[in-house]
Amino acid sequence: MKHRSYLALEGIGISFPTPKGNFTALRDVDLSIEKGEFVALIGHSGCGKSTLLNIIAGLVKPSRGVVFLDGDVVDRPGPDRAVIFQDHSLLPWLTVEENVRLAVDKTMAGEPRSARRDWVLHNLDLVQMAHAANKRPGELSGGMKQRVGIARAIAMNPRVLLMDEPFGALDALTRASLQDAVMAIQAKLNNTVVMITHDVDEAVLLADRVVMMTNGPAATIGEDLAVGLPRPRNRIDMADAPDYNHARHEVLHFLHQRFSNPVDKAA
Amino acid sequence: MPSPVRLVSDMESIDTSPAPVVEQVREAPPAPIEPVPQRSSVIAPTIAWVRQVALTLLPTIMMIGALLMVWEIACSSEGATLPSPSRVWMESYDVIVHPFKGVELDGLGFKIQDGGDVGIAGHILTSLKRVATGFGLSAIVGVALGILIGQSKTAYRALDPLFQILRTVPPLAWLPISLAIFQQAQPSAIFLIFITAIWPVILNTAAGVQNIPATYRNVGRVLSLNPFEYFTKIMLPATVPHMFTGLRIGVGMSWLAIVAAEMVQGGTGIGFFIWDSYNSSLLTDTIVALVWIGLVGFCLDRLVSWIGRRVARQA
Repeated sequence: MKHRSYLALEGIGISFPTPKGNFTALRDVDLSIEKGEFVALIGHSGCGKSTLLNIIAGLVKPSRGVVFLDGDVVDRPGPDRAVIFQDHSLLPWLTVEENVRLAVDKTMAGEPRSARRDWVLHNLDLVQMAHAANKRPGELSGGMKQRVGIARAIAMNPRVLLMDEPFGALDALTRASLQDAVMAIQAKLNNTVVMITHDVDEAVLLADRVVMMTNGPAATIGEDLAVGLPRPRNRIDMADAPDYNHARHEVLHFLHQRFSNPVDKAA
Repeated sequence: MPSPVRLVSDMESIDTSPAPVVEQVREAPPAPIEPVPQRSSVIAPTIAWVRQVALTLLPTIMMIGALLMVWEIACSSEGATLPSPSRVWMESYDVIVHPFKGVELDGLGFKIQDGGDVGIAGHILTSLKRVATGFGLSAIVGVALGILIGQSKTAYRALDPLFQILRTVPPLAWLPISLAIFQQAQPSAIFLIFITAIWPVILNTAAGVQNIPATYRNVGRVLSLNPFEYFTKIMLPATVPHMFTGLRIGVGMSWLAIVAAEMVQGGTGIGFFIWDSYNSSLLTDTIVALVWIGLVGFCLDRLVSWIGRRVARQA
């Protein structure tokens, strides 16, 4: 019997029925991720990377193939695969603390009230948002909302942390500070992370591996690049590091020469 | 997905537009900051506040004054068919000045004298009691049905066409049927209110449920909320703003229906009062009643929207 990784995608494919026949969005996706690994999935818009993340989350059922997590088949969504959504998706009628507590109450149902409360505050502290515990999402900036979104996800103690373009809606400076926050948290918790992104620097800076996807339809994994940079990584030092620039160049080459944006090519 | 603004055409007259209400309720924006003049550190904040209120109300008051003046001039001739404001004041003096005739307060409740001689507030209170019952029923049933058709595609396909047809039936058209079913005036009037007010409640609640953002649903799925938890933690609070838009329109419509119902049924109530004063050729009394109806309807609308804002903030 072959060894199966902590998170293993085997022969994943998905197609949707359309009036013009079946449309295949993804095909033959095989991906093995070890425990504690940080993997970035990168590709042009419409390549199905978000669909792939939703399949791992269990929100979308693949037409073919199986996702294994620690030996179990993934067939439905669950709190062991926490998702950080691009639009943060905090519930606006709850305070920051209540938003995180909703997740904690569900994943730590057996624990006493005070322990759950402490855990909520501890996680808010990790993302430096404890000061806003009693605020509502409407009162926070985009970056702060996403910090709370991260707190909610890590508070669930997930086996895999899934991030769907978590910083895509933020301005460049806020994005950088959130990336630093994620790196700091990752250094502490050593989660297994799958992150969708379309930002080359973000992928190379944060990830242990950058998985590049070909263009849709029928997209699949085109290349799998290990980023051998030592941690902790510092964005200022990285700017001059030859390894960093080499990895960056590889990804850029893939995205802009081998598989350039399908829209530009058609034009 | 069906358009959430299906009802807009008939809500326009009652409620400007549902969307801004929704936003307001959900985001609960900070109260607009009163512009306090910089140099007026001498002026106390209360005075600034009074001035602000006066500035807001002044145009309304001036407009009312102007309209009354035009009305007075237009209807001041001998042969005028419509009584002028001064004639309304003189001829209906008793009705205007003694609205609480025949109404006794005991503790928190009130008692309305039986028989004809009751002040206009007494009629209004009787009508409000009927509205409270009929509208209360339509709120409960309407929200339940709205959630059902919002949540289940099959139920939506089965029931929505019926609702779309039935909601266009005017309140008075239900009256013969309602009288035939209940045989008595009181339950018929309540049924009439119920059947008039329920449609906007159903359709807006359903639209609210159908428009719960996909990400909120996904949050519920990732957290593996069970159906009950999903209902209380996500669906209900996410739907509250739409629900209260429906309830606001509904309360306005039930107030329209009560007048129609009581005009035909007689006995007590503000609708009866209008019909009675018309039959007694007391047109000035009718005008006084119209003002009362308008003011009470306005207050009902404000009350429901205020409750909606409170609930949305706490939900």
